[in-house]
Amino acid sequence: MSDQTPAPDAPQEPQGPQEPEGPQEPEGPQEPQGPPEPAAALGEIAAASPVDPEPPASEDGWSPTGRARVIWDSVREGNSITVTLLAILAALVVGGLLNAFTNTTVLHAWGNLFSAPGNAFAQAWDTATGAYVEMFQGSIFSPHTVAALFQQASIGAAIHDGYLSAVFYPLSETCVQATPLILAGLAVALPYQAGLFNIGAQSQFIGGIIVATYLGYGVSLPFGVHVVVCVIGGFVGGAAIGWVVGELKARTGAHEVIVTIMLNYIMIYFLTYLLSFGYLMQAPHSTNQITAPIAGNAHLPLLFGSHLRINAGFLIALACALGVWWLLSRTTTGFEFRAIGKNTSAARVAGINVERNWVLVMLLAGGLAGLAGAAVVQGTDFTLNFQSYGTYGIDAITVALLGRGKAGGCVLAGLLFGALHAGAPLMQAVTSTPVDMVEVLQAVIVLFVAAPPLIRALFRLRAARAGGVGLVLSKGWNG
Amino acid sequence: MELELKGITKRFGSLVANDRIDLSVQTGQVHALLGENGAGKTTLMNVLYGLLQPDEGQILLDGKPTAFHSPKDAIAAGIGMVHQHFMLVPVFTVAENVTLGIEETRRSGLLDRRKTRGDVRELSRRYGLDVDPDALVENLPVGIQQRVEIIKALVRKASVLILDEPTAVLTPAETEDLFRIIKQLKDGGTSVVFISHKLREVQAIADTITVLRRGAVVGERPPSATEDELASLMVGRNVQLRVSKQAATPGDVVLEVADLTVADEAGRVQVNEVSFAVRAGEILGVAGVQGNGQTELCEALMGLLPTVAGRVTLDGHDLTRATPAQRLRAGVAYVPEDRQEDGLIGDFSVADNMVLDMYNQPPFASGIILNLGAIASTAAERVAEFDVRTTSTATLVGTLSGGNQQKVILARELGRELKVLIASQPTRGLDVGSIEFVHRRIVEQRDNGVAVLIVSAELDEIYALADRIAVMYEGQITGFRPPTVPAEELGRLMAGGHDETSGSFPAGDLAAPAGDLAAPAPIPGAETPGADQ
Repeated sequence: MSDQTPAPDAPQEPQGPQEPEGPQEPEGPQEPQGPPEPAAALGEIAAASPVDPEPPASEDGWSPTGRARVIWDSVREGNSITVTLLAILAALVVGGLLNAFTNTTVLHAWGNLFSAPGNAFAQAWDTATGAYVEMFQGSIFSPHTVAALFQQASIGAAIHDGYLSAVFYPLSETCVQATPLILAGLAVALPYQAGLFNIGAQSQFIGGIIVATYLGYGVSLPFGVHVVVCVIGGFVGGAAIGWVVGELKARTGAHEVIVTIMLNYIMIYFLTYLLSFGYLMQAPHSTNQITAPIAGNAHLPLLFGSHLRINAGFLIALACALGVWWLLSRTTTGFEFRAIGKNTSAARVAGINVERNWVLVMLLAGGLAGLAGAAVVQGTDFTLNFQSYGTYGIDAITVALLGRGKAGGCVLAGLLFGALHAGAPLMQAVTSTPVDMVEVLQAVIVLFVAAPPLIRALFRLRAARAGGVGLVLSKGWNG
Repeated sequence: MELELKGITKRFGSLVANDRIDLSVQTGQVHALLGENGAGKTTLMNVLYGLLQPDEGQILLDGKPTAFHSPKDAIAAGIGMVHQHFMLVPVFTVAENVTLGIEETRRSGLLDRRKTRGDVRELSRRYGLDVDPDALVENLPVGIQQRVEIIKALVRKASVLILDEPTAVLTPAETEDLFRIIKQLKDGGTSVVFISHKLREVQAIADTITVLRRGAVVGERPPSATEDELASLMVGRNVQLRVSKQAATPGDVVLEVADLTVADEAGRVQVNEVSFAVRAGEILGVAGVQGNGQTELCEALMGLLPTVAGRVTLDGHDLTRATPAQRLRAGVAYVPEDRQEDGLIGDFSVADNMVLDMYNQPPFASGIILNLGAIASTAAERVAEFDVRTTSTATLVGTLSGGNQQKVILARELGRELKVLIASQPTRGLDVGSIEFVHRRIVEQRDNGVAVLIVSAELDEIYALADRIAVMYEGQITGFRPPTVPAEELGRLMAGGHDETSGSFPAGDLAAPAGDLAAPAPIPGAETPGADQ
């Protein structure tokens, strides 16, 4: 200290009567620095807040006793993981309400609210939960199948008669449904890391599925080779479409969002065209827009016997997710992608060839979406029709969004949506809740995820410093 | 009103931003708070203004302890604050801005515009502010906007006025005006707390200077204290405001630029037939008012803007068409003008930024696989070597202060074998300690035989560093001078004055040791001023 520090600190005198400062107010009206944030632990947070130059540059909350508190704070703060989980919860509640109050039985019961109030609530509750229970049984596991398994005389017989498979059937279906969702989700998430918003998973999916299908029925190859050739063909078909997008952006500056949307239309009509003529891809002697079935050698091998549809496509999806994670976090290519995604001009100054990386990342993304197409035709559908692309293109965006643009997030989000899809048929069959419920749930989840302030307000969380996925949405458009 | 702070302590996590600070501001006194960026000045003022609650200590007004829970309390107690970034509504008039939040109404419930306008006029007249109450704020120059902020505070009956880095946004002339206004406020009995990291300003205006360093008061001095004394208090050691350097011992030509013409993205010619050479072991300083092609010159030298005509060679190798990566590999280092936009990736960690242009070179990568261990250990070494203040190398660079960000860039760029260093505005926005540090590093490179090109809008910086000065005006070099040239002459060249002496100037005198080299250089710029127009 210096020469003139007048008041030598009288030990803790300033406990003035006027300031009861013991329990400090939780929040100042304005707080220049965000609360301590365990960025390392939950590294998902893309903190983009320009920090006031004056206050301390580094906040660390890792005081010896404060660790648990920091974690709790981060939960309270509404970081991305908390918000995502709560968004799913909120969506389930909204979906349940919607389901209950569109059900005629329930509405009738509510009509008699005053004569039988308990009945009204019970009906609403039963309808809402009933649908979810069936969905759960259709996608995860069902107690009935387990009970049936234990009624069998011997394990051997149980396996032989398919009772064991029945127990795992829902999970298998979830994985089957999740496979293309994960792959297509990665096709959106990977370019997002490089700052590109790939709306074109659909066109890339179609590009891949066309090539994979053609190789599947059009050529004859030995067992083992054929399936690999088809999968590679799927990748190449999708990558070709993705490459067009990247090349156009790199050479002409065409915005990838526009290009991909337009390519989606082009590829849909191109597919219809291919399927409309026998000399192209339409199955011989068919009047439907459908190809001949692919050869048995081109089928992706089943993983757990013929009763379960889960196939090697799921492993491909997981391997791709791992590959994307590795590429992004462990390689120079991924470093370049991320640098471009975060700050294109700094990347350029650092000698990174931005244009070449745009092409490369779109090529890889297209390949991933193409693999999703290959997984569908080689794993479950075995033929290609004019609607085979389904809603994968849009679902891919929601998966990537829910997965926060991370590979692992895409796997989790893909599994969640896969489970919704897998459980929907049983739900409809038993409770006559329309399968469209699934779309509603997906939409509401994404809506909540995209609006973190909404979730924070609902659950009274504090604002996190990070922008969350709202940022994902808006940032993607910077190109 | 007399204001006293006693033992104010404010912590953020484990960081103590303010450590038992005592401060007393007398009535009608200008009290300067001097300190580097990050010394805790703004935190202290936010405590005083009720934006932050102190963890310990108290605030006394006229001897009475007071607590501010929000700026409202502080304003009510007579404290006014003019933030570094103004809090004005651009589409409102001055009077509307002043009255915003404390609108006076007539009995009918309508706004009493006349009274507000009168208030503004009255204050404007009394303190010589020269502000028109009916002007739209967006049309006013920054200096006047600042006065509007001052009026806002005065209308709210502020008797202590806090000015946070008030001169950061002002031109020298506006600064003069501000000082005049502060003197008048002082004479009118208002106390002023003047926050700054600029020594000269503080000496010019303050009655008392309190120096903060690392969150604590390190001394109180009268304004008669020498600059050296204040600077050493601020940074905690003796700072040499002048870079001490030996005379240059230039070697061979390293970077040679011949008739370089560069157009910006819109196709306008921004650099017009510029020629110069930089030798190993010398610093060429490019002076000039900003926007005269310096930025484009640097970007073209890095391959970021295409070269329209001319040649760039490095050690005799033609780099004219080389990509940025090739230039970096050839041994060119670049400290860009806009560090946040071009030099760093704010969302990347310190470690990643340390290898931003070397991530694919050994030892940081083998093949396409990043060697995270090498990146982390190198980053840790460089953080220590360059004294980057950060909690860890995993911290996001965007959260560091400007000075530390610049250190990260320097640590990266100077951390490899160099032939040429191109630094554009290397110390813009930095505090004294960081400036000294950056300058020392640059001179060190020169002494190691690197050819250095410095572009700066600060004449002080050019004088401190350059062994030879080139002046740019409208895309051309209007002259080369030795660093002994008087500032008036440089000023004339910067304003586009003809290089009268160029004809008679013997080449050898131009740049003392590197004279023969400079010979081809000055002529094109001087002979054909405005030839392209």
